[in-house]
Amino acid sequence: MSSSSVFSMRHSAKLIFGLAAAFVMIWLTGPAIAEDPQAGSQSPSAAPAAAPSGGTQQPSSAAPAAPAGGEVATPPITKFKIVYLGKKYPEPLPLSYAERPVTDKGIQGARLYIKEANQSGSFVNMGFDLVEAIVPAKGDVVAKAKEILKKGDALIVADLEPEDLLAVADLPEAKNSVIMNIRSSQESLRQEQCRQNVFHIIPDWAMRADAIAQYLIVKKWPRWFVIHGDSAADKDYLAQIQRSAKRYGGKIVEERVYDLPPGARNLDSGYQQVQGQIPMVTQGAPTHDVIWVIDTDDNFGDYLPYRTSEPNLVVGTQGLQATAWDKSYTEYGAMTFQDDMLKLAKRDSTERDYTAWIGVRALTDAAMRSGKTTVPEIKQYILSDEFNLEGHKGLAMNFRSWDHQMRQPIILGGGTRTVVSKSPQEGFLHETNLTDTLGYDKPETKCKFH
Amino acid sequence: MNRLTATAAAAAVLLSFASPSFAATIFVSNEKDNTITVIDGKTLQTIKTIPVGRRPRGVVLSPDFKELFVAAGDGDIMDVIDTKTMEKSRELESGPDPELMAVDPKGEKIYIANEDDSLVTIMDIKSGDVVGEVPVGVEPEGMTVSPDNKYTVATSESTSMAHIIDNEKMKLVANVLVDSRPREAKFTADGSQVWVSSEVGGSISVIDPKTWKVIKKIRFQVPGVRPELLQPVGMEFTKDGKYVFVALGPANRVAVIDAKTFEVTNYILVGQRPWHLEFDPDGTKLYVANGLTNDMTVIDVASQKAEKSVPVGRLPWGVAVMP
Repeated sequence: MSSSSVFSMRHSAKLIFGLAAAFVMIWLTGPAIAEDPQAGSQSPSAAPAAAPSGGTQQPSSAAPAAPAGGEVATPPITKFKIVYLGKKYPEPLPLSYAERPVTDKGIQGARLYIKEANQSGSFVNMGFDLVEAIVPAKGDVVAKAKEILKKGDALIVADLEPEDLLAVADLPEAKNSVIMNIRSSQESLRQEQCRQNVFHIIPDWAMRADAIAQYLIVKKWPRWFVIHGDSAADKDYLAQIQRSAKRYGGKIVEERVYDLPPGARNLDSGYQQVQGQIPMVTQGAPTHDVIWVIDTDDNFGDYLPYRTSEPNLVVGTQGLQATAWDKSYTEYGAMTFQDDMLKLAKRDSTERDYTAWIGVRALTDAAMRSGKTTVPEIKQYILSDEFNLEGHKGLAMNFRSWDHQMRQPIILGGGTRTVVSKSPQEGFLHETNLTDTLGYDKPETKCKFH
Repeated sequence: MNRLTATAAAAAVLLSFASPSFAATIFVSNEKDNTITVIDGKTLQTIKTIPVGRRPRGVVLSPDFKELFVAAGDGDIMDVIDTKTMEKSRELESGPDPELMAVDPKGEKIYIANEDDSLVTIMDIKSGDVVGEVPVGVEPEGMTVSPDNKYTVATSESTSMAHIIDNEKMKLVANVLVDSRPREAKFTADGSQVWVSSEVGGSISVIDPKTWKVIKKIRFQVPGVRPELLQPVGMEFTKDGKYVFVALGPANRVAVIDAKTFEVTNYILVGQRPWHLEFDPDGTKLYVANGLTNDMTVIDVASQKAEKSVPVGRLPWGVAVMP
């Protein structure tokens, strides 16, 4: 972890004394601001970057350090709370027994960024605490949210399914809070069901479909044979592929439901059964360039590659995927994220780790760069032109004003050891921002914030 | 020291390319090949390819040009190349993931950015002993030492700050917020300004060392090139201090900035994704490492035109030039 040796340095007696003597807590209204006087515990390397004596809790763009030996002259630290609100939903099991189910997606990314935020914040006398509020599968997340919001407006990273997300967002006491959706790609959350207090870090199905569609058009593979499951999320994604086909001149030659019962996972000879089944499922379709599979529950998609009746490429939820993050992505400092996740979580990074990481970052960066301390002011800054988020994608990222979806390049990869491409693809133009070629543009939006 | 002198003496006898020449020698680090390409400045031919540690990026020469320091990030070491023998002479325990570094004007200390550990490691060059560590922001990268040796500026790519280190006390004296992903920092020759390039923010912040405040932000504009591709990375001042040449990464250009007026006066088309660049000793040529096209562009400084492209290894990143 990036701060390990920083930590060892901090444990020298002198510095500990310095921290203990120096941190005076500033009390501010709203639960975004910590009331926990154990401030120093999560602020790595806070000592060296003290502000001048008589400094305020407001960060300045240049924060001169204390004079020599001046650990005692440390100014107060402004503390913020970031609430990670989640629920232990049952995760879909990986198709292969060899792949272990991951039960801590997301929260690990949030933990990682909180460390980084404190390291950065220490230079401007700011600190951030992560409040992990994750209820059990049958727990009441709305009650949990109410309990949190009792203390005032909150900065929330929401690892929630759409129904729970909306229930929390619609609480009257959540009106002036900021909620970062890091989990759900559901389209309606950005359209008819959009909320002024909800921001979407994770790409929606429209962005994912457009990211793949642009690539297929560039490759001159415009004929798509869609094989899909029938869950609500599957249907949601299907509708967006239909939209992408229209936008980019693709053609869906057939839509076919995959309705064989899952089960080969349980058979020793599973591959034999699958090898026999998949050619039958995929035969007889009109001429096509690729199979576009929609299997959000991970029930069958990975059975398609190499087993189809014709030699077919597979794209979609398996095969070549459109994702905010992939464990094979290494550009623009991404290797630090990959390394840090491995050290912290003892596993490869997932998309939700990344969305949680940057969800926390959006909130802490906004606080740090704006110098504001109330949630409504921080929200205002997030929506301003000044707000620019760096997240290893090589572009400054921010939110679309019309539906609060985060603009971001989409990685095409997933089923491969290297990233295949990144969309938007060259040649797809937009008058203001190329990433707005992915997903719903301003003139098309059905979102009306109230 | 004795060992070094002996090695150098032996090498001088043995090696033909070390014969005196007026041409400069150019070193290019190849991030993917784990090598340094050595190029003769006159013929522009590769005279040697030196294997080094994994993922070499930053390359810097000692002020007496006797040693070349190579940050091998994934090898967690810094290789030192004897510039007479053109062989690796020693390794320095640089701390984890060194990326860029700067040597003080006297050639006594080297300041190393440890990208993975959010530290600046300060090392005594002769002994290789770590004499200090200064915690800075996340993903430190750019490094520059002031001409009077009082301050070192380190940039942190993720935190997006320029951190000012008092060299004597080895402590931070200021932290300056700049635009996203600051990559390189450079003091002007007179020490009156520090320039910091922000890759994702697409700007250069000019900082006044008297106040440690940003006094000017320079941005770029090229007709027909998407603004988000104009990502400043490596920067070098001309020898007369009049211009700054800036590699613009995915815009495949080097920008020329008037150092006095802060106006961008020219954009020179080079290879793809130029990273870092360096002037030759008399200041007439500029060598640019192009990350994606595996070559080095030679720019004529007077005419501000790209003259030639020289093949190097895979993913060229850093450039150093020895007279």
